[in-house]
Amino acid sequence: MASVRKFALKDLAEKPDLIMPGHRACAGCGPAVAYRQILKAARGPIIATNATGCMEVVTTIYPYTAWRIPYIHTAFENVAANAAGIEAALKALKKKGQLKHDHVDVIAFAGDGGTYDIGLQALSGAVERGHDFLYVLYDNEAYMNTGIQRSGGTPLGAWTTTSPAGSVIPGKPEYKKPVSDIMVAHDIPYVATASPAYWRDLIIKARKGLEVKGPAFLHALTPCPRGWRYDMSKTIEIARLAVETCVFPLWEAVNSEYTLSAPSKVIALKSELKKPVREYLRVQGRFRHLFTPKFEQVIDEIQRDIDKRWGRLLKKCGMV
Amino acid sequence: MVKIQQQVLALTGDEAVAYAVKQSEVDVVAAYPITPQTIIVERFSEYVYNGEVDTEFVCTESEHSALTACLTAAATGARTFTASASAGLALMHEILYVTSGCRAPVVMTIVNRALSAPINIHCDHTDSMVERDACWIQFYAENSQEAYDSVIQAFRIAENPDILLPTMVMLDAFFISHTLESVKVFPDEVVRKFVGTRRIPMVRSHEGKLVPFKLDPENPITMGPFDIYDYYFEHKRQQEEAMQRALQIIKQVHDEYEKISGRRYGNGLIEPYRLEDAEIAIICIGSAAGTTKTVVDQLRAQGTKAGLLRLRVYRPLPVQDIINALKNVKAIAVMDRSHSFGAHGGPIFHEIRHILYDAPIHPKIVGYIYGLGGRDMPENLIHQIYNDLEKILETKRVEKPVHFIGVRE
Repeated sequence: MASVRKFALKDLAEKPDLIMPGHRACAGCGPAVAYRQILKAARGPIIATNATGCMEVVTTIYPYTAWRIPYIHTAFENVAANAAGIEAALKALKKKGQLKHDHVDVIAFAGDGGTYDIGLQALSGAVERGHDFLYVLYDNEAYMNTGIQRSGGTPLGAWTTTSPAGSVIPGKPEYKKPVSDIMVAHDIPYVATASPAYWRDLIIKARKGLEVKGPAFLHALTPCPRGWRYDMSKTIEIARLAVETCVFPLWEAVNSEYTLSAPSKVIALKSELKKPVREYLRVQGRFRHLFTPKFEQVIDEIQRDIDKRWGRLLKKCGMV
Repeated sequence: MVKIQQQVLALTGDEAVAYAVKQSEVDVVAAYPITPQTIIVERFSEYVYNGEVDTEFVCTESEHSALTACLTAAATGARTFTASASAGLALMHEILYVTSGCRAPVVMTIVNRALSAPINIHCDHTDSMVERDACWIQFYAENSQEAYDSVIQAFRIAENPDILLPTMVMLDAFFISHTLESVKVFPDEVVRKFVGTRRIPMVRSHEGKLVPFKLDPENPITMGPFDIYDYYFEHKRQQEEAMQRALQIIKQVHDEYEKISGRRYGNGLIEPYRLEDAEIAIICIGSAAGTTKTVVDQLRAQGTKAGLLRLRVYRPLPVQDIINALKNVKAIAVMDRSHSFGAHGGPIFHEIRHILYDAPIHPKIVGYIYGLGGRDMPENLIHQIYNDLEKILETKRVEKPVHFIGVRE
């Protein structure tokens, strides 16, 4: 489908919101911001499906719905299979001349729990089979809907209710799973990371994900004021800090070829712009316990890990 | 009656199912292989890879995803089919409830196989019995012919706008699934006409508009919402009402099918066999009914008033039909090929005893657990059950209400 990408602020203001205000997301909810931005990328008829999680609950409390597009939720671990079934049905109905539209996009949303952990099998299967859909991971780095439990996407050292800041173990002892690299390893046409702080980059990536034929995976880091323990006015600031510290670099992999996106490329070219991880950690209550003499070495450990991963990414992007 | 010329093919139960699915113009088949269901998906794959069907065939990475994909495909307006067994059905458990709750009319064949552990690939009914509360219509076929006929009827029943419930058609592992039988099949166009295209009912959307009940970009609706104490209960009650409406519609579809096939299975819900004047009777489901019919004939030849009641449909439970069919019976043995551990007998036994509590008749009832893990149920054991019933008839006493039969003590 021919596609005109007009995503200046003025263009976006003129596009209708496909997810409506009045939903029950918390003030300062990062995922709610990202959903609104991503759906601005729609290019025509589109069907959405959502895994169980915060955004499923807050947008569809019966008899109300925030969705202006067809939407279905079935369970937690299977949103990629939801998308697979919808896409297969659209193909079958089109073959029989029973589909009114020439093409209908399919978009699947899931949180980090529904992607890194319980939904990884269905996701891997669906992309291996090559279904044409965009999978959006909204990553707030824990099971926020059930009360802030750790997931495979929770970063090292973070407090959660199942990785508490104990007197012996200071928060989550394990690293964040590199789920987007796992998706690149599936050799799918499009994988990207994005941030609601860089909205234009995010929307263009969502559009690219919809446009490619076959599966696309978009990983958005979406801060959660309740779970990350910061003031609700700081969501976008913290999302930006994640990029500026290279905790969450922005990149895309088209047919498995990595390239850095502009906000991270600037840092790659001018390394003095790379902020210390400490600045990102300090503004979030979930890392507060690390700023004590007993556990301060964990901050160094996190910095070393981030540097190592950033170095690897630069190599993949041919920037070294 | 317009009988249609039918062709006789030598098919196993699994092949008969695949053939029925091929003829029913299914839009999406999503499936995952498991013994002894594999032949269904293998045959269907051949139809797809040889261009004999238009179906989108999704070979998923698990049964959980297979049923999920059928659910959302059905929600998008497609006719859908899947098949599984045993552990596969158990893995689907969560999505079984979601499917019926979303009112997605998926049709699924279950080749009844024992659940692990110990691992066992052979027949018993535990896998589908544990799902009897999931709001799926349940058919249990006696042979390959009935498996073929029931799958075709199942699409009409599941997709009926007054029902809109997923439907399972069960066949016994190996006894039916892998046994070659003569199966009468229709020409493709006859099945296509009988099943018809899927009808999508209109529903009231959240904006107050009448819209088709599917994921349609022109008429967006939200399916599978978060639904708590203020509406959930009503939605569950609606599912029960649909189940009750299914009783009549199953009979109608069965009658209509008889007109083109010449075949009947009782009234479509229950199949009484020489039961009218029977004093003793067995109640069972599935392939064991075939053996039991032979034994009934032998006993009748000796002058014993023996009969059989086969339940073709177990959900919805045809309560009134069962009570009426048993009106002259004085002693009943209920055979369960599954067990509810720690309970007092198997699930069919429970329900038969339960529905007769308020009935005008009060026959003696005993339960027999048989055939777990594929253990054979030969004629001599069925004779033994009828002998026990004769003793009960004589003494008017039930010494032991629950038995395990054909097991080493």
